[in-house]
Amino acid sequence: MNNLSIILKREYLTRVKKRSFIIATLLGPIIFAALMIAPSLLMINSDKMESKKAIAVLDETSWFYGKFENTDVNTFVYYDESEHIDSLKKLVFDGVYDAVLYIPMTSLNIPVNAKLYSNKQVPMTLSSHIRNTMKQEIEHKKLLASGIDPSIVKSVQTNINVSTIRMDSETEEKTSYAELEYIIGLLLAGVIYIVIFIFSNQVMRGVIEEKTNRIIEVIISSVKPFELMMGKILGIALVVLTQISIWLILSSAIYFVASGIILGPEILSPSGTVMTEQISQITEMSKSQDIMLEAVNMIQSINFSAIILGFLFYFIFGYLLYAAIFAAIGSMVDNETDSQQFISIISLPLMLSLICASTTINNPDSSLVLWLSMIPFTSPVTMMLRIPFGVPYWQVGLSLIILISSFVAVTWLAAKIYRTGILMYGKKPSWKEIWKWLRY
Amino acid sequence: MNNFIEIKNVSKTYGNYKALDNISISIPRQSIYGLLGPNGAGKTTLIRMLNQITAPDEGSIIFNGATLNRNHISQIGYLPEERGLYKSMKVGEQAIYLAQLKGVSQKDAEKRLKSWFNKFGILNWWDRKVEELSKGMQQKIQFIVTVIHNPQLLIFDEPFSGFDPINVNILKNEILELRDKGATIIFSTHNMASVEELCDNIMLINKGKKILEGSVYQIKQDNKDNKFEVKLRNSGIQEFRDSGHWVLPDGFSIISADDKDVNSETTLVISAEKEINPNILINHLSEKGTIVSYRELLPSMNDIFINKVNSL
Repeated sequence: MNNLSIILKREYLTRVKKRSFIIATLLGPIIFAALMIAPSLLMINSDKMESKKAIAVLDETSWFYGKFENTDVNTFVYYDESEHIDSLKKLVFDGVYDAVLYIPMTSLNIPVNAKLYSNKQVPMTLSSHIRNTMKQEIEHKKLLASGIDPSIVKSVQTNINVSTIRMDSETEEKTSYAELEYIIGLLLAGVIYIVIFIFSNQVMRGVIEEKTNRIIEVIISSVKPFELMMGKILGIALVVLTQISIWLILSSAIYFVASGIILGPEILSPSGTVMTEQISQITEMSKSQDIMLEAVNMIQSINFSAIILGFLFYFIFGYLLYAAIFAAIGSMVDNETDSQQFISIISLPLMLSLICASTTINNPDSSLVLWLSMIPFTSPVTMMLRIPFGVPYWQVGLSLIILISSFVAVTWLAAKIYRTGILMYGKKPSWKEIWKWLRY
Repeated sequence: MNNFIEIKNVSKTYGNYKALDNISISIPRQSIYGLLGPNGAGKTTLIRMLNQITAPDEGSIIFNGATLNRNHISQIGYLPEERGLYKSMKVGEQAIYLAQLKGVSQKDAEKRLKSWFNKFGILNWWDRKVEELSKGMQQKIQFIVTVIHNPQLLIFDEPFSGFDPINVNILKNEILELRDKGATIIFSTHNMASVEELCDNIMLINKGKKILEGSVYQIKQDNKDNKFEVKLRNSGIQEFRDSGHWVLPDGFSIISADDKDVNSETTLVISAEKEINPNILINHLSEKGTIVSYRELLPSMNDIFINKVNSL
C-alpha cells in the first residue's frame, strides 16, 4: 500500500467511525423525509385540526343573506337590521359566536367595507372566504346592473396553459417545466454550496488538528506534505460521498415507506378528504389522471443524466478546489479563530454565485452569468442552477476545463503554502509572508 | 566507509536569514552524535534536512554511502522536539498507522508493537485513546513509534524533555541498546549532562556555523585549563599559611584551599602551566601529607558550551 492510500484510509475511517458521523448519517434522512412528508400531512390534516367556528352576520345591506356558504368548519348565522351590532359583539364575548361579520350600509349603496369582530385571531382562510364571497356577489350584481348575464361571463372564462417547448435542435423538441427545473437547480446548487463549505471546513480542521497536536512533523518525516494534504482531501471527499449516498438511499426508502402508510389510503379512497367534495367524482378522476400524466411528462422532460453528471463533476471539482484552499488556510493558522479572516475572503465568490441565483435562472444569456459560469470559484453553483434548463455544450466544456485546471493550479500553490505553513507555530502569517512561502 | 552520514558544505538560507552556513560533519557508524547549540542555532534545520522535510540550498548529504533520497526515509526514525499524537485515536491503531507510513506492513507492525508494548509494560493501553494518557505515557508511545521500523539512523530532538527521571533512565538504556545493536544515533539537546553520558561525538553549532566538533574526550582535553584537585590528610596546612605563601614547585600555583572539612581533609585546587608533568606536584605534596585523592579537573560540557557561545 502506498502512503497516499494509507493516509486516505485513516482519514476516511476515523471520520466514518465517529459517533457524530453515524448519528448525522442516520438521523439526516429521517429529518429530510420528515421535511418532505410534513407539508402534505399538514395539508391533509389542517381541516381536521381547525376548530369549528360560528359566525354571526349582521348585514345592513341585506345583499349577502344566505350567500356565505356553510362549510365543515364555518357556520354562518344571519341577523337583520333589527339587531344591534353591540349586542352581537357581546355574544362573542359570551362565547355564543366566534366572530361577528358586520356589513354596514354605505352612502354609495355599494358595500365594499366589512368588519369582522372577534376576540381571537381569525384564521386567514375565513377572512379570505368572506372576501371572495363578497367580491363575487358584488361583481355579479354589477354585471346584472350593466345588463350582462353573469353566466355568459362564466362561460367565457378560460384557463390558459402555456407549455414552453425548447428546441434543442431542429428535430428535437421538448416541453420544459421551468418551475421544476428551477427547484431542482436550486436544490442541487444549495447542496453543492453547503457540502463544499462543511467539508472543506473539515479539511481545514483536520490540518489544524495535526498542527496543534504536533504530530505533523512525525508524519512529514515519513511522507511528503503533498501526500498528506491530498490524502486528507480525498479521504474526506469519500466521507462526503458515503454520507450523501446513504442519505439518498435511506431517505428515499423512508419516503416511500412512510408515504405509503400515511398518504396512501387518503389518496386512494374516493371519498377522502383530500379533494373537496364540491368536485364531482368523475372530474376528480379525470383530473387526477391528468395530473399523473403531467407528472410523468414532467419527469420525462428532465434530463436526469445531464443533471447527475453535471452535479457529480461540479460537486467533486468544486469541493477539491475549495478543500485545497482550506487546507492551505489550515496550515497557516494555529486555531480556527485565526482562520476566519481568510475564510471570509475565500467564501465570498461562492456566496455571490448563490445570491445571483435568480438572475442566473431568469437571464442565463447575460454576460454576468457567463462570467459566473466560467470563474472556477463560482461555476459549481452557477452551473448547477443552469444545467436543468440546458446549457450550451461549449460553455459546460469550457467551464469544466477551467475548473479542473484551476484545481490543479490551486492545489499546487496550496501545497507550497501548506508545506511551509504546517511547520510554523505561533503567529499568524502576514500576506507578505505567504507570498514568500509561495516562492520557497 | 566508516561514516554513516557525511554532510558536506551544506548551506540553507531563508530569505535573508542564513540558517546553516557551510556545515560539514561526519557521523561514524554505530555511534551517538550530539548536536549542541543554543535555540535558533540551526539544529532543527539540519535535522529536517536529514529527514528530507527541507532540502539544502547547497552541499550534499551522503547516507550510508549514497546520496540521500526518498528511499532512505524508511531507514530513519525521527522523534521531533515538537511531538504529539492524534488525540482521539486509539493507541494501537495509531501506532500501526505511523508504522505503516514508514513502510512496515500492518501485520509486522502489530507484532512488533505488541512486543515493544510488552517490554514497557503498557500492553493494556492498546485500546485506549491517546487523550486518556498522561504526557509521559504518550512520550513512551512516541519513542516506540520512532524505533518500530528498525531504522539504521535515529534522530532524537530533545528526547528527554517532559520525562520523569525514571523514564529518562529507561530511555537512556534503550538508546544505548539501540546503538549497540547497530543503529547510528543523532541526538540534539540542551541537556549537557546527558551529552556527557551518552554521546561519543558532538558538534557545537551557533548561528548556522559550526564552532566545535570532535569526540567528547578530545573536546574536553582541548578545552581543559590544567587544573587539579588534590585532597590531603594531615597536611599541616597551618605550616603553609605561616610561611606567608604557598610553597609549590615551579609552574604550579594555588587557586583555593579549603580545610573546613569535618574529616580534617584539605582540598586544594591547583593550576599548572601547560606541558608540566603533574607527577611533580604529586611528589611534592606527598611529602606534606597523605594524598587521599587526586584528579584532573576537566571542564564540563556545560562550561565549554557556555564559554564557546559567549566568546563569539
